[in-house]
Amino acid sequence: MSDTATGDERVKEMSGFRKALIRPELGGIVGTVAVFTFFLLFAADSGMFNAQGIMNWSTVSAQFMIIAVGACMLMIAGEFDLSVGSMIGFAGMSIAIFSVTLGWPVWIAILTTFALCISIGALNGYIVIKTGLPSFIVTLAALFILRGFTIFFPQTIERRTIIGGIDDAAEGDWLAPFFGGEIGQPIFVWLADLGLIDVFERGNRAGEPVIDGIPMLIVWAIALVIFGHIVLTRTRFGNWIFAAGGDAQAARYVGVPVNRVKILMFMFTAFCATVFATCQVMEFGSAGADRGVLKEFEAIIAVVIGGALLTGGYGSVVGAALGALIFGVVQQGLFFAGVESSLFRVFLGVILLFAVILNTYIRRIITGER
Amino acid sequence: MATGHAPIVEMKNIEKHFGSVIALNGVTVEVYPGECHCLLGDNGAGKSTFIKTMSGVHKPTRGEIFFEGKPMQFDDPRDAIAAGIATVYQDLAMIPLMSVSRNFFMGNEPLRRIGPIKLFDHEHANRVTMDEMKKMGINLRGPDQAVGTLSGGERQTVAIARAVHFGAKVLILDEPTSALGVRQTANVLATVDKVRKKGIAVVFITHNVRHAMAVGDRFTVLNRGTTLGTAQRGQITPEELQDMMAGGQELVALEGSLGGTV
Repeated sequence: MSDTATGDERVKEMSGFRKALIRPELGGIVGTVAVFTFFLLFAADSGMFNAQGIMNWSTVSAQFMIIAVGACMLMIAGEFDLSVGSMIGFAGMSIAIFSVTLGWPVWIAILTTFALCISIGALNGYIVIKTGLPSFIVTLAALFILRGFTIFFPQTIERRTIIGGIDDAAEGDWLAPFFGGEIGQPIFVWLADLGLIDVFERGNRAGEPVIDGIPMLIVWAIALVIFGHIVLTRTRFGNWIFAAGGDAQAARYVGVPVNRVKILMFMFTAFCATVFATCQVMEFGSAGADRGVLKEFEAIIAVVIGGALLTGGYGSVVGAALGALIFGVVQQGLFFAGVESSLFRVFLGVILLFAVILNTYIRRIITGER
Repeated sequence: MATGHAPIVEMKNIEKHFGSVIALNGVTVEVYPGECHCLLGDNGAGKSTFIKTMSGVHKPTRGEIFFEGKPMQFDDPRDAIAAGIATVYQDLAMIPLMSVSRNFFMGNEPLRRIGPIKLFDHEHANRVTMDEMKKMGINLRGPDQAVGTLSGGERQTVAIARAVHFGAKVLILDEPTSALGVRQTANVLATVDKVRKKGIAVVFITHNVRHAMAVGDRFTVLNRGTTLGTAQRGQITPEELQDMMAGGQELVALEGSLGGTV
């Protein structure tokens, strides 16, 4: 602790700009505005901003958001989970095997999968806490272990790596619509009647609005963002999350149950990955052994764009949600704008770099380091 | 001096072994309410081990701890905190990235009930934080100012104010001044004085004799895991304390060659 004299008359009033800068969401807000401006200018007439287009990139953004919320809260608590992508594949396959291969009712398959995946998340957390190893290494191991099982089980049991027929199994199930269903259909019928959104002009669905309803995926994303934001900023537990990631030892000394907080965040991340997987499986009607590859990195990038520090203790769920939105809009926008899709990865790399540089700069302002 | 009433903490013949290393070899210290008890010693003397025993981080290998006259067993720091023994560690007092108000209430968050949901009462937290900071003479831009923007001395002061606010009866300060500048040190020492006058027992760990002399009522010197005795204020000179800490002769010789500047 060097002699950084602050307080009293020697401190200059902070300008409004700098005050705004230390809000973690700033990067996300700027990025969102920039991305929308860009695509409004270059892809406005491509159909990206009509009802179908909006639904398209909203759904993709919502996918990112669901896993970003978990990754964000875990990162603020000072840990990483690299097994998110594998967990998505594993959870999907687990639902498929339980419901299709073993013929269990879909709701039992879903609940069992949630229990299984959250336990694996807890195990990840427990190993990290007990061994003191970096979560990077522990969850990297989990990445390979889970992916291995995700390929091994369907191969051994069914002699294939994609299990379909979940949509048939889910017919009439009470829990499945919470993940694969849609809500708000009457609203879209009403909007179509008003002429605000298009209707199908030909085919056997002529006269129906082009959008059936809001997929549950989007509902889950919004609900998780709101839940995460409130927990983080408005509850005692949220303060513990910041404290655990900011300085675990200092937090322990004042009685914060750091280990419990971290393990719970690992479990929450696993929960988010399972929500993602369940929505995906219900939508596609099948589970594939390669689902979710690289998702862990996409989640981490969204979180970092959203202003969270990789070192923990600082960040925002709203920021992470904006990061996910930027992701979804750019990924789909490049498609609408007719740009080669491989450039999406270039964009990812560049924006990640910028986000980390900006975050480092912001952290210096907050902590007064020179 | 505060010898008229009973000690709030008595540490009797505390021994602490780490494997084959004997860190403490029978240390006895009594701390009275309203006194500032300075614990002096050179690096490796056992000061840190001793206070960690007092604050529940370590369990003593042998020896007894009495708190308010009753024998006590602290299983972890939370037990000690619950009993009223708060410790302010040099580097670990605060979390720089969090706001002053979030830091102040860390582990003791005030809650506001909305139906079945309990929320962090930011309004209450902010108000109390600003009040307490004003009392300690720290001007904040706002309760949401990050602790990272405070100086080292201010961080120590916030940590002390926090411990006092949450009802500490014994306040252990682990080298609070060792990394501070002159002015900041003076601020922290003034804070220690304020706290002591409230009837709280302060255990002040330092290896700086001048800082100890400035606020101490009694002085205990540790050397190589044992007590070299406890002295009252006025019974001992800074030079004697310095000699005891260094283990006698060597420093006298060294001091001679350095012209009394150590």
